[in-house]
Amino acid sequence: MRYLPLTNADRNAMLGVIGAKSVDDLFRDVPREAYLTTLVDLPMHAGELEVERQMAKLAARNVAAGSVPFFCGAGAYRHHVPASVDHLIQRSEFLTSYTPYQPEIAQGTLQYLFEFQTQVAMLTGMDVANASMYDGSTATAEAVLMASRVTNRKRIVLSTNLHPHYIETVRTTAEAAGLTIVEGNETALDDKTACFVVQNPDFTGAIRDITPLSDAAHAKGALLVAVVTEIVSLGAITPPGEMGADIVAAEGQSIGNSLNFGGPYVGLFATRQKFVRQMPGRLCGETVDAQGNRGFVLTLSTREQHIRREKATSNICTNSGLCCLAFTIHMALLGEDGFRKLAALNHDRAVQAADKLAKVKGVELMTPTFFNEFTLKLAKPASPIVDQLAKDGIIAGVPVSRLKPHDRNATNLLLVAVTETTTPADIDALVAGLSKVLS
Amino acid sequence: MMNKQGRPTTGAATGNGELATISGHRGLDREVKLIFETGRPGASGVDLPEPELKHDRLGGLRRRGQIGLPGLSEPEVVRHFVRLSRKNYAIDYGIYPLGSCTMKHNPRLNEKMARLPGFADIHPLQPSSTIQGALSLIDHLAHWLKLLTNMPAVAMSPKAGAHGELCGLMTIKAAHEAQGHAHRTVVLVPESAHGTNPATAALVGYTVEEVPANERGRVDVAVLKSKLGPNVAAIMLTNPNTCGLFENDMIEIADAVHKAGAYFYCDGANFNAIVGRVRPGDLGIDAMHINLHKTFSTPHGGGGPGAGPVVLSAALAPFAPVPLIVHGPNGFELIEDDAAAKAHDAKPFGRMCAFHGQMGMFTRAMAYMLSHGADGLAQVSGDAVVNANYVLASLKDVMSAPFAASGPCMHEALFDDSFLKDTGVTTLDISKALIDEGYHPMTMYFPLVVHGAMLIEPTETESKHALDEFIHVLSELAKEAKGNDKRRFEGAPHFAPRRRLDETAAARKPVLRWTPPAKAQAAE
Amino acid sequence: MTTKYTKDHEWVRVDGSVATVGITAYAAEQLGDVVFVELPAVGRVVEKGGDAAVVESVKAASEVYAPISGEVVEVNTALTDEPAKVNAEPTGAGWFMKLKMKNATDLTDLMSEDEYQAYVKGL
Repeated sequence: MRYLPLTNADRNAMLGVIGAKSVDDLFRDVPREAYLTTLVDLPMHAGELEVERQMAKLAARNVAAGSVPFFCGAGAYRHHVPASVDHLIQRSEFLTSYTPYQPEIAQGTLQYLFEFQTQVAMLTGMDVANASMYDGSTATAEAVLMASRVTNRKRIVLSTNLHPHYIETVRTTAEAAGLTIVEGNETALDDKTACFVVQNPDFTGAIRDITPLSDAAHAKGALLVAVVTEIVSLGAITPPGEMGADIVAAEGQSIGNSLNFGGPYVGLFATRQKFVRQMPGRLCGETVDAQGNRGFVLTLSTREQHIRREKATSNICTNSGLCCLAFTIHMALLGEDGFRKLAALNHDRAVQAADKLAKVKGVELMTPTFFNEFTLKLAKPASPIVDQLAKDGIIAGVPVSRLKPHDRNATNLLLVAVTETTTPADIDALVAGLSKVLS
Repeated sequence: MMNKQGRPTTGAATGNGELATISGHRGLDREVKLIFETGRPGASGVDLPEPELKHDRLGGLRRRGQIGLPGLSEPEVVRHFVRLSRKNYAIDYGIYPLGSCTMKHNPRLNEKMARLPGFADIHPLQPSSTIQGALSLIDHLAHWLKLLTNMPAVAMSPKAGAHGELCGLMTIKAAHEAQGHAHRTVVLVPESAHGTNPATAALVGYTVEEVPANERGRVDVAVLKSKLGPNVAAIMLTNPNTCGLFENDMIEIADAVHKAGAYFYCDGANFNAIVGRVRPGDLGIDAMHINLHKTFSTPHGGGGPGAGPVVLSAALAPFAPVPLIVHGPNGFELIEDDAAAKAHDAKPFGRMCAFHGQMGMFTRAMAYMLSHGADGLAQVSGDAVVNANYVLASLKDVMSAPFAASGPCMHEALFDDSFLKDTGVTTLDISKALIDEGYHPMTMYFPLVVHGAMLIEPTETESKHALDEFIHVLSELAKEAKGNDKRRFEGAPHFAPRRRLDETAAARKPVLRWTPPAKAQAAE
Repeated sequence: MTTKYTKDHEWVRVDGSVATVGITAYAAEQLGDVVFVELPAVGRVVEKGGDAAVVESVKAASEVYAPISGEVVEVNTALTDEPAKVNAEPTGAGWFMKLKMKNATDLTDLMSEDEYQAYVKGL
């Protein structure tokens, strides 16, 4: 087997040093009734060529987003990732290193984490950010738990326009932790509420000034948790930190990361300086070494499970390392000008698409403000239309009913995302496709 | 004619290692500024078309003011990150013997497979007719995991080991609640457990009670049994445990746990020791997460992303979270909500994350499994255990191994610091001296049940030659620690990009981001 | 003024009805460099043996338990900026909090200086 270096001669020599008769002899602590004497009923080992063939066969049964006019969003967005990003994250020293627990030989990882934390704090308009979480939805769940710790309250209000999967994820984790979840708007806030969670742009694509919401939350002594599922939007719209958010939980996939069928992604988590010690997840901090040279270390670890155990701020033990590196590199390539231009380009294309689509008979644009995603109301149920158009080679977007199966008002709604990867020809194809199926 | 251009080519003329260079760089080891210190307005590493838009639809919320991001061209960005990368240790560079972390070779075939557009460029909410290959791959991977563990079901969506633990405990909680057993509020956790175990149990609202280890490094079964009662919801046990030992009494423990009406959660972090040889389902466990980034070699990537599918017993299977993948008349289908799940006799406790889990890790793990096959996987665990025992046997006399007398270890060899008693040298010093010798240190000070722990997990992908060199170095370090000349331990490492870092200062006055110089001054 | 000690390495010095509480030199040394101290709110009532504060070093966090029951009347806010005082002067400037003592009998089962030194020696 090409990955396993020991030869029979090596193994026998080593067993001699160990003083064991055989490999099986080393497993003598396993109860005999549970020790297999035959191989598990699976195929035998295979060479690279054979594995590639099998995997390629499966990959060929999927329709890659880049191969068709493509309009899915709803928390995952197709953007162009520069070639150098994927090249750099595959450097052995990044790809095959562990968590930087020995800082003297992990300054590469630690410095990019420090740069990442700075980028995220700048983008969100917050004071500090952590070294990333699993994804946007789990980061939101962590934000809710943190708000409960900060306020010492157990009631959580989730905006009804939060991504439905985020609502379910938060509900699952928070209820298990003993919190009460209420779905509603700012009128549901009371003086027992730990936080109000609001997404901007929201699940429908609409943008709003969340300042009045943070004022309403603060008036009740609650925190405002702002959720961003499309981080590119922060190149165009006012960041949550400038609208009174206390915690920002975001999905960072759009920058540096492929769609990957939903994961791995990179959760962003930012907050105010005064809440730092209540944050979940890894934090990288600046310090000096014994010779006074600047260096970086993981810090404030006493918040974490490996030290605090059952009193930790979270059970999280990883960050989204490599995805967070991809984010850092892509953002470094973009820079201020590139990132703003990318955002403007997304908005530009989305406006063009929305205006063209709104002219189709049987299509109504439901979101007057939006960034790069908007909701259409169709004259017919959206789900069968999406399936029909998929057969014609157009992936038209996400039917809202897929995410809100119990909401009767959602049946005819279609969520359409447009990015810099969408061409005018793609938009024309969707216009033509919808015109045909709606006529 | 005599060549007057000759110059010394031996190292004899070099001398003082403390010589300061003009640039601050030391040969290939370059000092690297932050991107914020080298970038400037106007530069960019991407070319994008000009937006045409005259009027925006942002509802008056256009972002004003500078974000503060630095501008850099592509060559500058590439150099920056390549230079940074050279400051990291890596598996591709040498043995990475972190116990409990399973730092094995990461085949590049797996990276290539994960990047096939048919896997990397598909959206989680595409119509199911356009993702049959992806669902088939997840189903196939699930099939392998179930066969390797002899468990009937697996929840694929957890995003890391700790997330898998959370999923497992929530499944257990749901099962108890379905039986009207919400009064079971205690989770038993051995004191040798990973920190994630008690942290997860507490997160789900359980009270944690510790179970001590016995003198053989295993769970004290008598104490465990005495703690099992009508208030116990579950036990969380790592097997092989964090001392690198197989819990001999697993079946007896499982019987006792079940008799008490509790569930048996196994932390599968150390599955690499037994894959292909022992199936956890045969040991009586009810739930176990599998770290795909350990046993199945998806890259650790400097701390993530991981993946933590959870295999489940028949008793727990109905409560697995959405999404579920089922096989219907039109091929594979994703079941994403409770109502749809009910039609398949499932009672999901909820949802772990927005989409379907770590697809990018599934493709890598699948390529790894197909490459190894049933025979290769059995060899993985066998060779991992041979390598660890070789390290243990070679070092137990010069160092001190608290449990070596009780028989072979599994995939990792545990040493304590009793051999360093009265030497003035600590576990930390040994670790840092190893860095100077060109090695990443072993896991230090974990597990907590032995003093000054040094936990070495070589994995199966180290050759005998590589291990012999490592053993030689560690053995000499141990002898020097006990000898008179301890200079190499003082202030080590000397030959790393950085000397020991001041973690106290970092924690007392946390600086967690770069701040522009003007602002930084104003803040002081 | 008498100073008494707990098995969890807190000290308590009583002056009239007010008791000053801190951690012992032994505890401070075991923890290593203290980097953060979380103090209770003034006005909070703590129970003997219950959580009162948290003291953290880089790699460890410990609860500080109230050696006696009482109301928190003052906390050492200087520790917020200078947690190093806990290491430098654990029984002086590194004090944690002052409690208004509820029951003088809370002191009876605590150790004297000599008893505590003997106890530490035995660890």
